[in-house]
Amino acid sequence: MSTDSSHDGVTHHAPGEHHDHDEHGPAYGMMRWITTTNHKDIGSLYLWFSLIMFFIGGAMALVIRAELFQPGIQIVDPMFFNSMTTMHALVMIFGVVMPAFVGLANWMIPMMIGAPDMALPRLNNWSFWIMPFAFAILLSTLFMDSGGPAGGWTLYPPLSLQMGDSFAFVIFAIHFMGISSVMGSINIVATIFNMRAPGVTFMKMPMFVWTWLITAYLLIATIPVLAGAVTMLLTDRYFGTSFFSAAGGGDPVMFQHIFWFFGHPEVYILILPAFGIISSIIPTFARKPLFGYDSMVYATASIAFLSFIVWAHHMFTTGMPLAGSLFFMMSTMLISVPTGVKVFNWVATMWRGAMTFETPMLFAIGFVIMFTIGGLSGLMLAITPADIQYHDTYFVVAHFHYVLVPGAIYSIMAATYYWIPKWTGNMYDETLGKWHFWISTVFVNVLFFPMHFVGLAGMNRRIPDYSLQFADWNMVASIGAFGFGFSQLLFVWIVIKCVRGGKKATSEVWEGARGLEWTVPSPAPYHTFETAPDISKYAVR
Amino acid sequence: MMIDRHAHIGESIPLTTPHPTRSTAPARTLLRLLVTGFSLLPAFAIASWDELNMPVGVTDLSAEVHDLHMRIFYVCCVIGVLVFGVMIVSMFLHRKSRGVKPATFHESTKVEIVWTVVPLLILVAMAVPAAKVLIKMEDFSDSEMSIKVTGYQWRWHYDYLDEDIAFYSALDAEQNLARQRGADQALEQFGDTYLREVDNELVVPTGVKIRFLNTAADVIHSWWVPDLALKKDAIPGFINENWATINEPGVYNGKCAELCGRDHGFMPIVVRAVTPEEFKIWADEKRAETLASLESQHDPRDLPTLLAQGESVYGANCSTCHQAEGQGIPGMFPAIAGSDVATGDIDVHVAMVLHGVDGTPMNAWSGALTDAEIAAVVTYQRNAFGNDTGDSVQPLDVRAARSTALNAATEFDMGVTQ
Repeated sequence: MSTDSSHDGVTHHAPGEHHDHDEHGPAYGMMRWITTTNHKDIGSLYLWFSLIMFFIGGAMALVIRAELFQPGIQIVDPMFFNSMTTMHALVMIFGVVMPAFVGLANWMIPMMIGAPDMALPRLNNWSFWIMPFAFAILLSTLFMDSGGPAGGWTLYPPLSLQMGDSFAFVIFAIHFMGISSVMGSINIVATIFNMRAPGVTFMKMPMFVWTWLITAYLLIATIPVLAGAVTMLLTDRYFGTSFFSAAGGGDPVMFQHIFWFFGHPEVYILILPAFGIISSIIPTFARKPLFGYDSMVYATASIAFLSFIVWAHHMFTTGMPLAGSLFFMMSTMLISVPTGVKVFNWVATMWRGAMTFETPMLFAIGFVIMFTIGGLSGLMLAITPADIQYHDTYFVVAHFHYVLVPGAIYSIMAATYYWIPKWTGNMYDETLGKWHFWISTVFVNVLFFPMHFVGLAGMNRRIPDYSLQFADWNMVASIGAFGFGFSQLLFVWIVIKCVRGGKKATSEVWEGARGLEWTVPSPAPYHTFETAPDISKYAVR
Repeated sequence: MMIDRHAHIGESIPLTTPHPTRSTAPARTLLRLLVTGFSLLPAFAIASWDELNMPVGVTDLSAEVHDLHMRIFYVCCVIGVLVFGVMIVSMFLHRKSRGVKPATFHESTKVEIVWTVVPLLILVAMAVPAAKVLIKMEDFSDSEMSIKVTGYQWRWHYDYLDEDIAFYSALDAEQNLARQRGADQALEQFGDTYLREVDNELVVPTGVKIRFLNTAADVIHSWWVPDLALKKDAIPGFINENWATINEPGVYNGKCAELCGRDHGFMPIVVRAVTPEEFKIWADEKRAETLASLESQHDPRDLPTLLAQGESVYGANCSTCHQAEGQGIPGMFPAIAGSDVATGDIDVHVAMVLHGVDGTPMNAWSGALTDAEIAAVVTYQRNAFGNDTGDSVQPLDVRAARSTALNAATEFDMGVTQ
């Protein structure tokens, strides 16, 4: 039986009184990072992991672009080329964008809702530490005799079943990434539901918290579907089942349905948190509250719902019934409505604000413009008869890279510049940050814009060689790729420089910033909000 | 040099932008570089606009698809100009450096309804014509001719169902060998035709509604000819329909659009549309040719003839995996040069080519190649790449091997395990 502590002489602090935290600081050395259950430590781990994987996945992209610099096979074997396209996608999706968003969620959600930590700190540690092992397994397949996976990240059978024995390792790695994502999502849902400070109602939560809550549900709903699909592949390959083999009474197209039932919501998993970030940054630098908060919440929820009923638009050429084509065309077109609402709301937030253009704002505006370009080409892709021409060409490659690179990746860059003063206590180098933005933006467009043209002109995806008619624009794209890739080293330098020192940041950091994270000192102490903040004093959003 | 410019612009900044925090120097410097860069563009050979856009094509439907594409493209351009225009105006007018005070408005149900409903109306306006074209695309009735298209790794098989004509079509054998021997040589030798020529073109008549039935023998492929606006997956175990009525004679290039393994990029399609009269002549010739080769296919041949034919069969079919010089790819595809199979028992070698090897990418070639072709390619493999066995295999030997298929295959399995 526990004794009431008031009887054994322990001094009590009044709520809100400052504690002496020395004994609660981080441990020293490597073990701090391995055993940590602190949301800020784990957030940092996720973010560093993501940054490292960004360069690994980027190096793969450069192998692809180097081979495509000129027609003809000059540098790598076509099989290795296929491994590169496959691994590039797996690494960038599961190893860069998703962990970066989880890292940002770890750092920011507890601080935004006035919680002391995530709801399930040990699970949090585990969610992260699975990732390096999963990716070590995935990347190790490149060094195996049979080579890495080369059937595309979509793993369509029967092609994926032709893979060598590295196949089992790839499936295993995907399972582990999935487990990590699901645990991370459960943690985020549990945190948002249970850990909000008194008075932080759902409709007071910052947009980033809202978008992550919805994203977490998407993850919990779809990752098990992916797990099921890849497990069926595994049993088809090793245990004699024929889920996807027509010769055994199975159906190769069924895999595509199952995969895209995961895959399309996954697309929104990769962009909804970005919407949240941009909805935090634009109001700050426009010095004006977010326009249409309620409609932003409803739009996010609508996008999430619609994302479950559009999956077959990835499959318009597989030969589905007319009614199916019509349904998926219309539902896909419909998704542009809530997405449009978001873009219009951001523009309305900027309208009649008093804007300044620090690096986070530059990246946020870059996001809105280039994501919209990607969204508009997405609308074109929704038109089924035209999609039959676009499908599996570089037009599609251009489309999804516009929404993922100057879309999702830019939002992560914007978030880093926006919150890094809070994380490190130092301001980053603004001049270098602006250089980073402008160089990246020029090159990213040199890289991806010409892909629209070569795609429309008839260049198909996932090919290591092409005929001479596509030579000019491929060369331009490759130059853009190398420019964009190497300019990201500048980002690493800016981050390291900021971690090591710089002008001290204030608690507020940005003049127009609103939200609980700006009420704690910079750098944020190891533990924040051990007593819930009094939200009548601060704006939560 | 760049830094000098930077400094120069920096000096002029206070006049134009009384920015309270920092200079916008990077933007300006880059703008200059960009302007310089774009002024060099004309020197850079840009293909005509046609080569940068979707082709109008040569069927009524392909023109309608192109029309839809342009229509939605213009809609997107208008939306883009409006949204980006408002943003740019706002970025210019509503900046703190101009001394503006931020407004405080943050919601308006009226505006939200407007920008939900207006896009919806635009979508309906797009969906109606798109649905009409889609319905036409899916109308397979009254077709006058059927061609079954089967995808293989990595070639196509065409079967004219009513004409008694069937053949394989792969990347031109010379190009296939040349590209493996080195890119520079291949590009120099073939120029604009590189990766755009096949050994057997698909010849079809104009003005006839042709139904294509797509399927595949191994993995999923996709038969795509942009000028016909046809792209449909070829899926093992499935038959997908597709149709086209070609209006103009001509040569139309296409390719496999669905990733199908190592040589996915080397699976071109060439459709030659000719008038119905010319088609009839071609079909008669093709049938006669096939018949002649069938009749003479079991005639005995001398070693040089076998080797010559074997080299081209090898180039079109085997070199993809086993490579131009028979060296294979370690860990993926075994070498033929110096291999136990190509220097060992002839029967095992023939059986392996005929029936493939289960659980590996080695296909059974008994359906794809004739007895004469298999005899030639086996002979070639046993004498090329320094194998120099001096063996030759006759078409009749292959025919005999087909009938003893089971035994040979069993023998071969044992051969491997030993």
